[in-house]
Amino acid sequence: MPTVTLNKQVVEKSVGKKLPLEILKDRISMLGTALEHIEQDDIVVEVFPNRPDMLSEQGFARALSSFVGVKTGLRKYDVKKSNYKVVVEKAVRGYRPKTSVAVVKDLQLNEEKIGEIMQIQEKLHTTYCRNRKKAAIGFYVLDQLAFPLRYSALPPEKIKFTPLGFEKEMSAVQIIQQHPTCQKYTYLIEKKDKIPVWMDAHKNVMSIPPLINSNNTGKLVSGVNDVFIECSGYDQRVLDKLMNILVTTLADMGGTIYSLELSYEDGEKLVSPNLMLEKMKVDLNYINKRLGLDLKENEIKKCLEQMGYGYEKGFAVIPAYRADILHQADLMEDIAIAYGYEKFQEEIPNVATTARESPFEKFKEKIAQLLVGLHMNEVNTFHLSNRETQEKKMQHSLQIVELANALTEDYNVMRAWLIPHLLEVLKNNKHHEYPQNIFMLGTVFKQNPKTETGVQEDTRLCVMHTHEHVNFTELKQIIDYLMRMLHITYEIKEVEHSSFIPGRVARISCKNIDIAYVGELTPTVIKNFELDMPVACFELNCSELFKLALL
Amino acid sequence: MDEDKLLASLHPLERQVLAVLNKASTPEEIERLTKLSEVEVMRALHWLKNKDLLTIEVKETDVIELDKNGSDALKNGLVEKRFIRTLTKPTKIQDLATTIKIDPAEINVCLGILRAKQAIILDKGIVTRTKQADEFLKNESLEERFLKKLPIQSTMMSDEDKSALESLKKRKQFVKVEAKKARTIQLSDLGKKVAGKKITDNFAERLTSEMLKQNAWKDKTFRRYDVALEVPKIFGGRRHFVNEAMLYIKRIWLDLGFEEMEGNMIQTNFWNLDALFVPQDHPARTMQDTFYLKNPREGTLPKELVKKVKAVHENGGDTGSKGWQYAWNEKVATENVLRTHMTVLSAQTLAKIKKEQLPKKFFSVGRVFRNETLDWSHLFEFHQVDGIVIDPNANFRHLKAYLKIFYQKMGFTDIRLRPAHFPYTEPSVEVDVYDPHHDEWLELGGAGIFRPEVVKPLLGEDIPVLAWGLGLERIISRYYKITDIRDLYRNDLKQIREMKAWML
Repeated sequence: MPTVTLNKQVVEKSVGKKLPLEILKDRISMLGTALEHIEQDDIVVEVFPNRPDMLSEQGFARALSSFVGVKTGLRKYDVKKSNYKVVVEKAVRGYRPKTSVAVVKDLQLNEEKIGEIMQIQEKLHTTYCRNRKKAAIGFYVLDQLAFPLRYSALPPEKIKFTPLGFEKEMSAVQIIQQHPTCQKYTYLIEKKDKIPVWMDAHKNVMSIPPLINSNNTGKLVSGVNDVFIECSGYDQRVLDKLMNILVTTLADMGGTIYSLELSYEDGEKLVSPNLMLEKMKVDLNYINKRLGLDLKENEIKKCLEQMGYGYEKGFAVIPAYRADILHQADLMEDIAIAYGYEKFQEEIPNVATTARESPFEKFKEKIAQLLVGLHMNEVNTFHLSNRETQEKKMQHSLQIVELANALTEDYNVMRAWLIPHLLEVLKNNKHHEYPQNIFMLGTVFKQNPKTETGVQEDTRLCVMHTHEHVNFTELKQIIDYLMRMLHITYEIKEVEHSSFIPGRVARISCKNIDIAYVGELTPTVIKNFELDMPVACFELNCSELFKLALL
Repeated sequence: MDEDKLLASLHPLERQVLAVLNKASTPEEIERLTKLSEVEVMRALHWLKNKDLLTIEVKETDVIELDKNGSDALKNGLVEKRFIRTLTKPTKIQDLATTIKIDPAEINVCLGILRAKQAIILDKGIVTRTKQADEFLKNESLEERFLKKLPIQSTMMSDEDKSALESLKKRKQFVKVEAKKARTIQLSDLGKKVAGKKITDNFAERLTSEMLKQNAWKDKTFRRYDVALEVPKIFGGRRHFVNEAMLYIKRIWLDLGFEEMEGNMIQTNFWNLDALFVPQDHPARTMQDTFYLKNPREGTLPKELVKKVKAVHENGGDTGSKGWQYAWNEKVATENVLRTHMTVLSAQTLAKIKKEQLPKKFFSVGRVFRNETLDWSHLFEFHQVDGIVIDPNANFRHLKAYLKIFYQKMGFTDIRLRPAHFPYTEPSVEVDVYDPHHDEWLELGGAGIFRPEVVKPLLGEDIPVLAWGLGLERIISRYYKITDIRDLYRNDLKQIREMKAWML
């Protein structure tokens, strides 16, 4: 989630009230932004992804101002009509086909305001725009442009301009190869034959979204008053919301919003920006029932106004910059926030339900109790492991489930059995008192195409003893004890297993289902785990055993 | 304790030592008199001291011990005596070395001593034995008597001993003087009283089956034990301490009438996120947060549900929501992941139950996975407890109550709910818990009421579902006073054996 640093003075000025520090802190977190800290002039907050409108000083202050009751209700944003026109050519269809445009005048840009604009542009790019994948924002100096503007797509070799921060004209091919900003985003260019391009009436290139602006028209400097803005991408609704967040923020900075005529060559003619207000029905009963409150209509109205909404005869009027209101449930949350989470009185319902513990969990619990009764200590390891431990050190190969994006080679597969994990435990305990008799109940993973995910998960029990005189009998006695306690009869057969000493390993089965190996580990395996004490162990499939115990 | 009881509680070794304490005041003397080993004597003295029967004064003092030639002399006699025994006829000084088999370096010393004792005459280079020689051989010398007493503390020496020491010091490697801790033992008043009693041997150390069979216990008194004595540590078998905590946490929800949910750790993205209405381009889905599987990469999806979930993502389906307004990709949903939260099981439970069975409450406790680098405050595997309450009459105040009860049972006095954001709940809350021991608020989990876009496709109707997912490692490590979270799963046997029991 994005962390933004906001200038406290700018925020306070826009809120229209200076709050004592403790109250300010409390109000910020109860409004629904996670406050990191306030230090001198900086308010550092984490803005949740549902509120991109709060990523700037103005947007943040707007929300806070109505929340603390200074300026509540829907804010009016006037849009003046301009004669500017923008044409979207057919050629851009299939690339980044949609755009939303606006002009904002009277901004009187200075270094501070330009800094704010850069911050909100960058924060919106990384969050709402998903690193420019969903949408990209461009700002231009209005005076430098000759209208009508055209949004099109051209082969990169036919596009020539001076990119931001460079001094000479280059072709788009060179720019894509050489410009540091472009290189971060070239993966977003899906098709290489043509790329989207903005041009003015003199065919001067303004930008190649989502990569880079022209140095001539796309560079904001102090003293600039009027700007043209475009948001280009794929979905008109997403782009319009993004534009609304931008222009309302700029209007709060003192700008005046102007609309343009936006015509798509293949049909639609729009007026952009589109600050049309949407309405949503407010069902008092739904909201009161879910919140456990009994709010009257005027109270609901007050709550909504405190969150920046308008209210008209049973409908909430949603501010044009809110991109997250999908359902009445979203209104309900804002009403709850305005009401105050801290004011809800907890109430435990007197509805009877019957508890049920998982029978398998109970079964595992019983087994653990029996083993604890035999003076063993339970250990608890991670489920992630590596092939070296699972296979190589054990001299045994398995159908291992692998991770695609592990951060380290120590933990890049799912464990297929428990014995290697317990050997690791013993390896780390060589300095402690012997005998060391341990056990673990845990999940193991193996590939099985018949399951939903292609992975079969089983619970296994591993019991491992290590001391000077440990032997096969000691471990077989434990299995035998468990089986007797569970009233399960079993067969035992001599087998070969590469991790165990030949002639000292056996397979246990019940009703022809193999459920366990028991034996003394080979000296090589023991040495592979840097141990110098004999080890005997067994590993038993509890999932199978549970089914047998139920029979 | 009175003296009789004290006497009856003495160990056989203590009794033996106590019996000689009127004649001995150092451990060395006690060893000589009792024939016990040094270790046994020291143990007995230590026990007696603990019972206030004696005092042991430890002083840094010189102890005179036998050296090489000294022990040789003690075994074979003093060298001058051997000299005179061998000297049967007058012998030239220069021939002495060959006739008398002693160290040539000792010859001059012997001549000096023997002349002083008038046992020989030295005349014109010839050594001749006198009559006094026999007398000299017969009598035990001061030096010999002294050597037999060694080792001796310098403070315990008589005047005679002192002059013997002076003369022996002149000789090579006869005695050595070392600074040692010397112990002087003195009976206390209580000790004198106890020692004054008749110390009998009629104490039984141990009741044996033989004694029982033979009725031989009747005339025995059993030695009384010092019950306050420290005993060696033992360790029992135990569950892992994290699991002890987990069992308790399960118990809390069972006590509140919740049913336990179970399910796999490996899940498709569909169950992990799509069914929970998390948009496919949500930041939480990035590769950094989630472990994906390389092999097997994909799973299969429940066909009917896929249609509904697709619709709800794209346009809200029949929920009255606008949806996220994008093209939902089934391929993305088939990818296998390690579950990132236990809420997977809550979604699967909603898909399984029937409306007629409501109200119902469920919980799950289990491992979840996040692709993080291990450090003192981060694990890539940890536990979460999830709960859902599916009840047409459930509301936000109930949610607050369930969370409060849970945390009270975990030992926290107060909770605080803060607005938060999760794509699957409205309202969404962050749960803070007040830790009175550290006077601070801890951020421990998320909760809320499931969105209609989650509930309707899974359950068939938009019924309120209260839901929470709470982290456990932070409170568990606090309880066990563990500061490095990795120590929860370090599996150090000393820690596992000695960790305090879960007492809540």
